[in-house]
Amino acid sequence: MNRLKTTFLGKNKNRTICMSMVIIAYFIIEALMISGSLKSLFINLLVPVTSYIIVALALNLVVGISGELSLGHAGFMSIGAFTGVVVASVTETMITNDIMRLVVAIIIGAIVAAFFGFLISIPVLKLEGDYLAIVTLAFGQIIKSLINNTFLGYDASGFHFSFITNNVVLDDTGMMLINGPIGATGTNRISTFTVGIILILITIFIIYNFINSKYGRNVMATRDDRIAAQSVGINIVRTKMIAFVLSAGIAGAAGVLYGLNFSTLVPAKFDFNQSILILVYVVLGGLGNMLGTIISTTILVLLPELLRFLSDYRMLIYAIVLIFIMIVTNNPTITSFLKKILNNKKNKGDQNDG
Amino acid sequence: MDFLSYLITGLGLGSVYAIIALGYTMVYGIAKMLNFAHGDVIMIGAYAAFLAVGNFNMPAIIAILVSVLVCTLLGVLIERLAYKPLRQASSLSVLITAIGVSYFLQNAAQILWGTDTKIFPTLFDFGNIGLFDGKLQISVLTFITIFVCIVIMIVLTLFINKTKIGKSMRACSEDKTTAQLMGINVDTTISITFAIGSGLAAIASILLCSTYPAVNPTLGSMPGIKAFTAAVFGGIGSIPGAFVGGLLLGILETLAKAYISSQMSDAVVFLVLIIVLLIKPTGLLGKKISEKV
Repeated sequence: MNRLKTTFLGKNKNRTICMSMVIIAYFIIEALMISGSLKSLFINLLVPVTSYIIVALALNLVVGISGELSLGHAGFMSIGAFTGVVVASVTETMITNDIMRLVVAIIIGAIVAAFFGFLISIPVLKLEGDYLAIVTLAFGQIIKSLINNTFLGYDASGFHFSFITNNVVLDDTGMMLINGPIGATGTNRISTFTVGIILILITIFIIYNFINSKYGRNVMATRDDRIAAQSVGINIVRTKMIAFVLSAGIAGAAGVLYGLNFSTLVPAKFDFNQSILILVYVVLGGLGNMLGTIISTTILVLLPELLRFLSDYRMLIYAIVLIFIMIVTNNPTITSFLKKILNNKKNKGDQNDG
Repeated sequence: MDFLSYLITGLGLGSVYAIIALGYTMVYGIAKMLNFAHGDVIMIGAYAAFLAVGNFNMPAIIAILVSVLVCTLLGVLIERLAYKPLRQASSLSVLITAIGVSYFLQNAAQILWGTDTKIFPTLFDFGNIGLFDGKLQISVLTFITIFVCIVIMIVLTLFINKTKIGKSMRACSEDKTTAQLMGINVDTTISITFAIGSGLAAIASILLCSTYPAVNPTLGSMPGIKAFTAAVFGGIGSIPGAFVGGLLLGILETLAKAYISSQMSDAVVFLVLIIVLLIKPTGLLGKKISEKV
């Protein structure tokens, strides 16, 4: 009984709340789907929503927990997505089970994205503040340019690769995997909503366990006071690197899920605006607040669809909503009022930060 | 000979980046915020000039003045409505608000003027100038762009260093609270900074659209990101830094387009940026601020 208590409550209370909310949401949506009361528009959005939730959670690990601004997370998503598409296409004959193939693609996509995360974290984490943000921005742009100019084909004799100009010649069994600016076409759509939800649960589990581990505490200590953390013997670069690489890997996994949900995928999809959008989800959800991130991502991904009745004006309204939320949440009168209400609740139960 | 031609073209493009980067760097220096909506102010400036000439048949000079006036007012308006309520907020909240403003301007432009690309009218036709017995043909416009950039640079440096407003701007960028104690109106100073930055954006938009005559609602985003990179390249917050960063970025981009690959020029530019920041973590002319415990 005590063991159960420590697994689900205490410092793991937030994790339990977060995971159970996701599971409840899953069953509600499944029930709605079976009863047929969900519009096909929303059914098509289910997998993208789950992948955005995962990448937003990953970004919250960097921005909220580690306290560094990243403007290039779409780059990791892009790496994951295209790796996933390549892996899934190549192993199509080897692994016939769609779910198994998806899992393999997600694992490989995550590893490749994490590797790139490691590469970029070497220069990134030596810098501070806005300069760090710029390097991640630059990295996102470089990844977009690289994939935009990559031509990769696969046939019986193996991989064929060319760069900038398309020199790939394939025999008749061959297929083009990445076709420069056109991207990946004719992908089998093997991503499912259930896998997306399981991946969200795994992500929540990993992130909360990381936060509650020694490394997580080191990261938060570094975020709160760099110098104090250093003075108690925390290797700040290595600590931040672990969080960054973990985040890149998760973003890569989200990318695979996203990429394998569409039959065509262009590299330009993962541009600077995409990175910014993910950042918006995180900031609106609350820094370091995982449940908030999940809720805000869901709302903000669906909002343009819900505002469809406004036709041309919907993105304009979206922008106004964004500015309005920022001004309201930073208004001292309103925040102090909200704090009063929340404090009353807080005093009743113990609150765990993170 | 080709190299010289690329170099001059690069200087022209770099001058435009430098003018835009000045807007970024001044706002950053004083308000400590990344104004992502700056690129979209450029776009509005381009539309203002386009409509002034196309719809109202104004002469070129008047069109430029209209564009500068519209952008200046827009800059001040954005600052007053969106950024001023967030003076005490975290930098991330301000960043998101700037992104919101950027979306707003882009979508407003789409609704007002449509998503299609329009051809920017020729405001001036100077033709080409032949150098080295006509072996090298360079557009006069390129020289004018470089000249305008140098003039702006000199005037702005004098303004910041010699005038009273310039002095209060410098004071605000160092310490807002102390500046206020010295009797400086911080809000007015920040508004003036936004006004100058946005006015410069209008000039940049006209120079940009005279060289690349296409106007559409997303016109400003790429030059915006590039100029922002240029500002960081030179050391954000530093005015000579923005100038040097802008010129270098323009030259680098043009040379990369010519000698490496036109598709990969962006990647090359950003790679060089990463390398520069690795060697000089605060940009080329940025000051290293040591952290106090």
